[in-house]
Amino acid sequence: MSDSIALQLRNISKRFGSIQAVRNVDLDVRHGEILALLGENGSGKTTLMNMIAGIYFPDEGQIFVDGEEATIHSPKDAFRYKIGMIHQHFKLVDVFTAAENIVLGIREGARFNLSETEKKVADITEKYGFEIDPRKKIYDMAVSEKQTVEILKVLYRGADILILDEPTAVLTPQEIDKLFAVLRRMREDGKSIIIITHKLHEVMAISDRVAVLRKGEHIATVETAKTTEAELTEMMVGKKVTLNIERSEPKNSADRLTVEGLSLKNHEGTQVLDNVSFTARSGEILGIAGIAGSGQKELLEAIAGLQHLESGDMIFRNPKKDQPVTFFHKDLHRVKQLAAEGAFRYEDGKTVDFTGMSDKEIRQIVNDGKVLFKEDEIIDLKDKTPLQIRELGIRLSFVPEDRLGMGLVGNMDIVDNMMLRSYRKGKSVFVDRTKPGALADKIIHDLQVVTPSAHTPVRRLSGGNVQKVLVGREIAAAPKVLMAAYPVRGLDINSSYMIYNLLNEQKENGTAVIFVGEDLDVLIALCDRILVMCGGKVSGIVDGRGAQKEKIGLMMTKTEGSV
Amino acid sequence: MNFIAQFLQRAILQGTPLLFGATGEIITEKSGNLNLGIPGIMYVGAISGVIGGFFYQNSVKSVNPFLAIMIPLLSCLLGALLASLIYCFLTITLHANQNVTGLALTTFGVGFGNFFGGSLIKITKSEVPYVALTKIAKYYHSSFPFAKKLGWFGTLFFSYGFLVYLAVILAIVATVLLKRSRIGLQLRAVGENPATADAAGINVTGYKYFATCIGGMVAGLGGLYFIMDYSGGIWSNNGFGDRGWLAIAIVIFAMWRPNLAIFASYLFGGLYILFNYINAKMQLLPIIQMIPYVVTILALILTSIRKKRENQPPASLGLSYFREER
Repeated sequence: MSDSIALQLRNISKRFGSIQAVRNVDLDVRHGEILALLGENGSGKTTLMNMIAGIYFPDEGQIFVDGEEATIHSPKDAFRYKIGMIHQHFKLVDVFTAAENIVLGIREGARFNLSETEKKVADITEKYGFEIDPRKKIYDMAVSEKQTVEILKVLYRGADILILDEPTAVLTPQEIDKLFAVLRRMREDGKSIIIITHKLHEVMAISDRVAVLRKGEHIATVETAKTTEAELTEMMVGKKVTLNIERSEPKNSADRLTVEGLSLKNHEGTQVLDNVSFTARSGEILGIAGIAGSGQKELLEAIAGLQHLESGDMIFRNPKKDQPVTFFHKDLHRVKQLAAEGAFRYEDGKTVDFTGMSDKEIRQIVNDGKVLFKEDEIIDLKDKTPLQIRELGIRLSFVPEDRLGMGLVGNMDIVDNMMLRSYRKGKSVFVDRTKPGALADKIIHDLQVVTPSAHTPVRRLSGGNVQKVLVGREIAAAPKVLMAAYPVRGLDINSSYMIYNLLNEQKENGTAVIFVGEDLDVLIALCDRILVMCGGKVSGIVDGRGAQKEKIGLMMTKTEGSV
Repeated sequence: MNFIAQFLQRAILQGTPLLFGATGEIITEKSGNLNLGIPGIMYVGAISGVIGGFFYQNSVKSVNPFLAIMIPLLSCLLGALLASLIYCFLTITLHANQNVTGLALTTFGVGFGNFFGGSLIKITKSEVPYVALTKIAKYYHSSFPFAKKLGWFGTLFFSYGFLVYLAVILAIVATVLLKRSRIGLQLRAVGENPATADAAGINVTGYKYFATCIGGMVAGLGGLYFIMDYSGGIWSNNGFGDRGWLAIAIVIFAMWRPNLAIFASYLFGGLYILFNYINAKMQLLPIIQMIPYVVTILALILTSIRKKRENQPPASLGLSYFREER
């Protein structure tokens, strides 16, 4: 390894609106080394690298390439300085071959000659040990092959500094080994490689040095050989911050939702959930911690009935014990069936027996509220449609990264968005706008939503207010299980606390709350138990009281087998 | 043999405007622009050629063969170019909805053609409702002198005006360019995945304008051919009919390949005139004229079932491209 510096960052800063994404970062990258860039979600790793690759332009600071100051306005500029970045989301044309994708946008030679490109690509693949057929179409390729094409694109353009944004997220362990072998060969060839990751064991396995970012600041750069995973975790998550969130003791806690051995794959065939098991209890907040994309979203969607399961069970215990049987006309058959199974009792404790009664009599008795459930109703969610699951009181409020993508329709006003949950109700051909209108007004008032009126399209509201509308709507249905994913994403302190209070209120009302969060301090302060996910697996469930941040951080970054 | 040759010749004559339209639309669609204004642009191309030819024929005593061809040709191309530019400006620069813009342009183009066609008819003060440019059309219509000596072979291959051959040449050139050239590769990348093309440093807007304008001009030639060659220089309002829509159907039928469009156009041309050659009752005429569209629907069903990626429309067809705001 030579010690000459390939890339120098001096005092780089970038802010987006009110958020300081990167603050005064200094970083050196040497020739022929692999530098790992480590940090939590939102620590500014990708933003920093995007500034080198020409996607963002820094607000402040300088970039030097081989000692000379570089101004990088576009990916094209970056290529002029021999810098290439492989993004998490591939930019490839599906119906083109690998070679066609690689040569796209390059002007070289007077004549356009694909077979020459193919030859050049073959040279590069041989040199670094890739396995790829340059004539294969992208749509026939596995994810790892697509990634190879992206790397080849960058190498073909002659890049000497390669930035890989979480390259291992989409790969299997064997593919990761192959990728690392290739990266090592590039290092021997004198190339500088920056690899963004939050998997500690990979950092230890591949990198020469590690730079740690936290909340946009460069904490330290250390030699990998001279550090430990524990030390890196501490640098990554920082010291514990005490938050002032009230947390009551769970009361009358009972199992509400039991998930057993849940597994599922995504479109690309990656295992996104692997044998996930846990129980959510009423009157309790179950936190889910994990690096973004560890399967949290898929888990919640699976519970809501929006995913196609590979295997596993989801049992919901409907809190019906000692509650009167409610009755709708179409349920008659089901009621008779349950009665025959002995599921009902009269107020005096005698088992209900409908034999010999006419339908009319049964209806009469049930409607009078004389028939009570003996036990909680046990429902297998696997057989239910998303609509049925929602009707059972299992509500999902998911705030995606772009905040408005799921659950709310941006161009519709608050009232109409309330109606998305109620338009099926009632028998009239026309929808009922009065109740949703009242609900909208109530949410605006109770949650202090800042809006000109209930008839303002939600996309015109600020992010925090949109989230209040979304969470408020789901809470308004008095759910039995409330799943809130990233409800405070991008919110300021006060709005965040309002959401925490709402969740606490739900917990005290006996709801089983599942809270997916990003901030470990919040999870530790708010949740009764915290389930930690890593790569689609449950790496453990810890008690929220007295949980250690470093321990959770370590669980988040370790795949199975490495303890 | 002669009978078959004659039928095929008629099919080719009938298919040629469709081929111009289809080639033009394929080039356009490969850039991701679904230009449903093509029927209108063909009308505009036709009337522009007619206007040019009309004033030239009326201003000279004897027509010069070269100018007789070039003046209508250039005015046709100019008219089609301007019509295409309207579409480009609205959909590419202003991000207007492509379907709406295209349909509006077709309505506009047909009206434009009929308005100026009607005006020319008024100018000639003729009794009959058409404009005759027979002096000019002669040169469009003239073919190889030796064709008659070759019997059915001559009829089938050498009896056409130059635009018929040009249509085939353009379709073949378009095929080769799209498949084998750097411009073709980059154009296809724009139509498939403009964000990727943009990131690779390709001028997405430029390619979209370029392809849509070239495509529109090629399609415009179809209108010119129809008036100058097929109709022998006679413009009558609405004479071009629904051929523009057939051209768009051929694009789907040919799976976005100009070389296949050659055969598809002649097939559709044959189906278009089939009723003249079979002893069907007049009542059945609309049903027979429907066949090309039914065939297109069947082709769509088949390609959709087979799901071969190469046979699908360009992935971003009909979508506007916004560069992500950073």
